[in-house]
Amino acid sequence: MKRRIKPQTAEKIAKGAIWTIALMVIGILIAIIVYILYKGLPVINWSFLTEAPRRMGKEGGISSSIIITLSVTALAVLIAMPFGIGTAFYLAEYTRDNIITRIIRFSAESLAGIPSIVYGLFGYIFFLEILGLGWSVLSGGLTLAIMILPTIIRTSEEAILAVSKTYREVSFSLGGTKWQTIRKAVFPSAVRGITNGIILSVGRSVAETAAVILTVGSDLKMRTMAIHFYQLVMEGISMENAYGTAAILIILIFFINVVANMLIDRFIAKGR
Amino acid sequence: MKKFKEKLSGRIFLLLALSSISALVLITVFIFVQGLPIIAKVGFFKFISGMEWAPGEGEFGIFPMIAGTVSVTLGAALIGIPVGICCSIFMAELAPEKMRKIFRPAIQLLAGIPSVLYGFCGLIFVVPLIRDYLGGPGMSILAGSIILAIMILPTIISISEVSLIALPRHYKEGALALGMTHWQTILRVQLPAAKSGIVAAVILGIGRAIGETMAVIMVLGNSVAIPESILDSVRTLTTNIGLEMAYASDEHQQALFATGIVLFVIIMILNATAQYITRKKHSKTQNKRKSNETKNQTADR
Amino acid sequence: MKYKICIILLVALICTVLMTSCGEEEGTKIVIAGSTSVQPYAEILSEDYEALASEIKVIINGGGSSAGISAVMKNVADIGMSSRSLNEKESGLWSVEIAKDGLALIIHPDNPVTNLSIEQIRGIYTQEITNWSELGGVNHKIHVISREEGSGTRSAFSDMVMDGARITPKAIVQNSNGAVRQLVSGDKYAIGFISLGLVEHQDGLKPVKGLSINGITPIRENVINGSYNLFRPFLFVSNKEPEGTVKDFIDFILSEHGQQILIDEGLISVSPEKEIG
Repeated sequence: MKRRIKPQTAEKIAKGAIWTIALMVIGILIAIIVYILYKGLPVINWSFLTEAPRRMGKEGGISSSIIITLSVTALAVLIAMPFGIGTAFYLAEYTRDNIITRIIRFSAESLAGIPSIVYGLFGYIFFLEILGLGWSVLSGGLTLAIMILPTIIRTSEEAILAVSKTYREVSFSLGGTKWQTIRKAVFPSAVRGITNGIILSVGRSVAETAAVILTVGSDLKMRTMAIHFYQLVMEGISMENAYGTAAILIILIFFINVVANMLIDRFIAKGR
Repeated sequence: MKKFKEKLSGRIFLLLALSSISALVLITVFIFVQGLPIIAKVGFFKFISGMEWAPGEGEFGIFPMIAGTVSVTLGAALIGIPVGICCSIFMAELAPEKMRKIFRPAIQLLAGIPSVLYGFCGLIFVVPLIRDYLGGPGMSILAGSIILAIMILPTIISISEVSLIALPRHYKEGALALGMTHWQTILRVQLPAAKSGIVAAVILGIGRAIGETMAVIMVLGNSVAIPESILDSVRTLTTNIGLEMAYASDEHQQALFATGIVLFVIIMILNATAQYITRKKHSKTQNKRKSNETKNQTADR
Repeated sequence: MKYKICIILLVALICTVLMTSCGEEEGTKIVIAGSTSVQPYAEILSEDYEALASEIKVIINGGGSSAGISAVMKNVADIGMSSRSLNEKESGLWSVEIAKDGLALIIHPDNPVTNLSIEQIRGIYTQEITNWSELGGVNHKIHVISREEGSGTRSAFSDMVMDGARITPKAIVQNSNGAVRQLVSGDKYAIGFISLGLVEHQDGLKPVKGLSINGITPIRENVINGSYNLFRPFLFVSNKEPEGTVKDFIDFILSEHGQQILIDEGLISVSPEKEIG
């Protein structure tokens, strides 16, 4: 073997490089978060959380944005959840693998990948122009529900398919019906993956801007935190309040992640 | 009673499935119905190869936007893929258990940060840096690529990591037993074995880069022009929709939907490729479900 | 059991969400959409108006002038805000001018250039002039910043300056006054155009310099006396003669009180001169 560098040296260099890169990535992440919290936390106080924005957002707090964010997200997830999970069960348990289910799966996957702005366009024309719902939590929630539906279908279906066949066989052999099998055997084991998908969707709805700005609108007292932040920054209205909003958004997303991991851990513990 | 419940539950599932499928069909059909007339009018080839975008004057050519999307995505891929793969090797092989416990949730958090925040960070850190040290207006392909690279990291890292971890233990043990160093094992055995998973990760990451809107609106500068260097400002397909969608009417609106169709098709091709690659791999290994599950969760972000 | 509790909670949540979103009664809500240039002023007006008439809610969305006009045509909004004159296709709509706004060309304060002619500006935006040295500045490429297609500010600029020529596609496009201002304040070689009211120094923002045009400085007084002629109307547009609360709101804006609010914010009132640009 002709090699200029000894394997041991190469190993050291390569490992060193990988460590450096990994630490850099973590460093960037920490830098972003620390910077925003450092700038944002001093702005946050009780009145910032409980007052409505005034004077284009220069004064007042962001209470309305917090409420709108939470209600749009809740509406979207609550609508998409039954449909998404139901569809996943139907695809996984009630149909055979054929060309139609494959097309459904493929289109769900592709729809999960199209930019949210396209959903926003759809939502604007369908819910506002055709159905006349106006810029509202309802239009936004419905648009986001359609947007996260493919995600929920795909993740739930994968979770259901991942449940071992023996569970079903045992349940059937004990005389269980299909519904009983799903409810008692499949669902409890799949719930971890399903929850994971739903929490991902919650995070996605909270963070969404493009689709929401078209359907919930950008009224000062009627916009989500992500839009509020965007408007404050892009219009150069108030950097202070923008940082405050960003800090709350990051805290909220951090909180969602922690809850997600806790839930998943609990279900794993239960499953064992 | 039992039978009734059985029937009822089946019907309900069917109903739920039908309604969500019709919602998905509705949006797909809707996009195509809105966008196709203008493509038919302008001509498909002229639409995607036209150099002029002036909706007010009836000029609908999206070639500059396609060039913009390609260049920014390429840039993001060039930065994001090596870094992402290094991080996944780090997590799967090198990191001590404690680091891994910090790293994994950190990457999840990275995936959950709103894109406007990334765009903002690009605007206040990356753009001025480029402007001051490299010249030009700062809003550029380079700025967009850096921000997108960070944004696609979670997708690339988590899927590649899963495919590395999912490898049978004896691959690694065998290689080590043959006297290879740990690095040689990673490079010669584990990476090639996990290749298909990593390729899928890369494709899905690229898909995410193509689909991103808000962050790139803030840092790309949005000129409708063919870029000459990485310091030039460009507009991508998504930012074109994002900037103009709201006030577009008639043909202009159709043209934006047509831009949406082009995006939709690109994403579909990417997805199909990713699926094809993972399917092929799955026939070989038994880790289908696990990796698929994680893949979709991360990809869907 | 646990599931049941969960389901009850979920249903309760759905109900509250639906109730909050459908709670407003018709007729007490005014929906406004359109120009992002007008949006901040409309927000301030609505705040004062809501303080006077507490039962009325004014909802103001951005989107752009053309978006506002199209929203009015499709009955999505009651009032559209426009920062440009209506074109032929839109001339059937009812409209009222609520204020005038100057348009200022801005550059970085460190840029030595202070005065340009309309022809020079046109040259910059068509890329016939690409270097600051041609205009008496330093030897560096000009970074041209424009607004997006459909923006009222852009079409007002086009009408007044470009004289039929097309703004170069090479120009950087930003989608708000604030974004243009922010970019120019950080880039020594940039030029952009924004609302006159936003040129002056504001808290927490870096300064920019307004360019004189043909020797006339971009200040309010010069717009009022007619010597500075880069200005455009801020219009409220509706698809029919407004009545009820909508008319009440518009009357409030055109009242002395309403106009004073706009003057305080840097706009030019329509009432004293009654002249139309």
